[in-house]
Amino acid sequence: MLKINNLHKSYKMGDSSLHVLKGINLHVDKGEMVAIMGSSGSGKSTLLNIIGILDELDSGEYTLDGIEIKDLTEKKAAQYRNKFLGFVFQSFNLINFKNALENVALPLYYQGLKRKERQEKAMFHLNKVGLADWSTHLPNELSGGQKQRVAIARALAAEPKLLLADEPTGALDSATSHEIMQFLQQLNDEGKTILIVTHEEDISLMCKRIVRLKDGVIMEDKKIKQNRLT
Amino acid sequence: MIDFGLFREVFQSLNKNKLRTLLSGFTVAFAIMLFTILFGIANGFQNTFNNEFAGDASNSIFINSGRTSKAVEGYQTGRRIQFDNALYKTLKEEFSDDIEFITGRVYKNVTASFGSEKSNYSVRAVNPDHQFIEKSEMVKGRFINPLDLKNNTKNIVIGNLVVEDLFGDINPIGKYLDLNKIKFKIVGVFVERTEGSDSNEARIIYMPISTAQKIYGNNDYIDQINLTYNQTLSEDQAIAFGNKIVDKIKDIFFVAKNDQSAVRARNRARENQEITQFNGVLAILVLIIGMGTLVAGVVGISNIMIFIVKERTKEIGIRKALGAPPNSIILIIILESIFITAIAGYVGLLVGGAVLNSFDLEDYWITDPGVSTSLVVAATITLVIAGTLAGYIPAKRAASIKPIVALRDE
Repeated sequence: MLKINNLHKSYKMGDSSLHVLKGINLHVDKGEMVAIMGSSGSGKSTLLNIIGILDELDSGEYTLDGIEIKDLTEKKAAQYRNKFLGFVFQSFNLINFKNALENVALPLYYQGLKRKERQEKAMFHLNKVGLADWSTHLPNELSGGQKQRVAIARALAAEPKLLLADEPTGALDSATSHEIMQFLQQLNDEGKTILIVTHEEDISLMCKRIVRLKDGVIMEDKKIKQNRLT
Repeated sequence: MIDFGLFREVFQSLNKNKLRTLLSGFTVAFAIMLFTILFGIANGFQNTFNNEFAGDASNSIFINSGRTSKAVEGYQTGRRIQFDNALYKTLKEEFSDDIEFITGRVYKNVTASFGSEKSNYSVRAVNPDHQFIEKSEMVKGRFINPLDLKNNTKNIVIGNLVVEDLFGDINPIGKYLDLNKIKFKIVGVFVERTEGSDSNEARIIYMPISTAQKIYGNNDYIDQINLTYNQTLSEDQAIAFGNKIVDKIKDIFFVAKNDQSAVRARNRARENQEITQFNGVLAILVLIIGMGTLVAGVVGISNIMIFIVKERTKEIGIRKALGAPPNSIILIIILESIFITAIAGYVGLLVGGAVLNSFDLEDYWITDPGVSTSLVVAATITLVIAGTLAGYIPAKRAASIKPIVALRDE
């Protein structure tokens, strides 16, 4: 599903450059649920952004579902993001003037689906996250947990091969966090490949595999027994 | 195939961000409104100026006689110069190439009575050409014709206000009007349509010049000679032509060339030249005003588009993360810009027009202020294009921001 070989990434900071990722090797198979752990500055978000084709790598190889991601035009990158990837962000990143249904339907719009089809599909996914009754509500009328579930529905709507979550529980209380994680586990059970960036130990334990980053290199990569939420 | 989805996106964004839409719309509407008002006032000013000189044909020359002020060739000063039929004939023949219409005028004040109605009027005894020089429009019957002159008929043509004064609802054609105890047959009624002409013009009675000469003095005197020059003459040529005629008359009557009071001509070509110059200055002024307003509008819309794109950076980032191609980002922002400018421009036009219409500005030398629709449409299109360009540059930049940077924007 996902192959990364000897990945390097540095950012220019004025005259000096900051070497963030120093040779990352990571293979993720279909159906895995991986937690990427690390303290702030460890490069975990940068790694996720590169995997999500939101950022470009400096050197190394990145293959997503058999396609090498390299020197893409903006248009091609947008196409791949739309087709392969679903994003869940810490700050939800819903468009605040669109209601829940419209937010979920947005990636489908960029897939070129017809309006009716978009709404049907969006409604299906909104129903899946249990928010069918809230479809006409604007984001600021929803609780944090509800917002994140709308965001998950939006990420799922385009039926991506890989779900990327950047601190999905970072802005939520622990009860709501568990609710969201439980839902992500269910999705994983249905076969969805999921990558979660987190710095919370208990969240990482709910995944099937933990990759620990420190100072731009992978310190540890181990499969664990998943802490199931019921 | 029209992408309705795109339009829906644009309308939703405009509709859900009312304050933003309103503010940017206001800038454009205000610019177009100012443009309309300023242009309209300038046009109104121009109209007033033109009207001041309307009423007669714009290529007319009126020639009057007076007393000599300079002694010449043994003649003393104070000699009265009297135009006559011979002069009329000489001018008509000698300058036939350059003269379009020519008429003599004999003035006479009369008391006219019809039945029990009675009033005082000015009579102008004229040649048939007079109709075209004064731009009298016949509403009933005909004007004085060559046959009237030949036979010294007692036919007259009266202004519509004379009809109002004396006849009321009675059709005056064929009726006899009593002028100083002599009966004249009414053969025509005219109106003065030209704006700016006073009501006195519509209270004139015209009669054949030959008739007046015979009845009122039994001579061949003419008080004034009016003519129009050929429209093909340039203003400079027309002024030269006017001078030539005056010189000719001075020759005939032995008047010194530098005598200003014996023969006087009022040449519209001179006035036209002044009007042309004045209009030229006004046009430049209007152009500067218009351009200034438009530039202000363009700067305004540019500012707003930059602000809008800045404000929407995060939204753009989200859209890009969800797979929006760069072109769709550019298109959505530009379309918004076009919609705002087009609609706000139209509103500005309406408001500007309403403002112009709601004030009575005749007292301030402004007549019929208004702007041609094509001009305002052109101005609005300019703003739309400017809005598009102004939207395009930041939109292009926004579309090329890495989504990761855009998403980080708070």
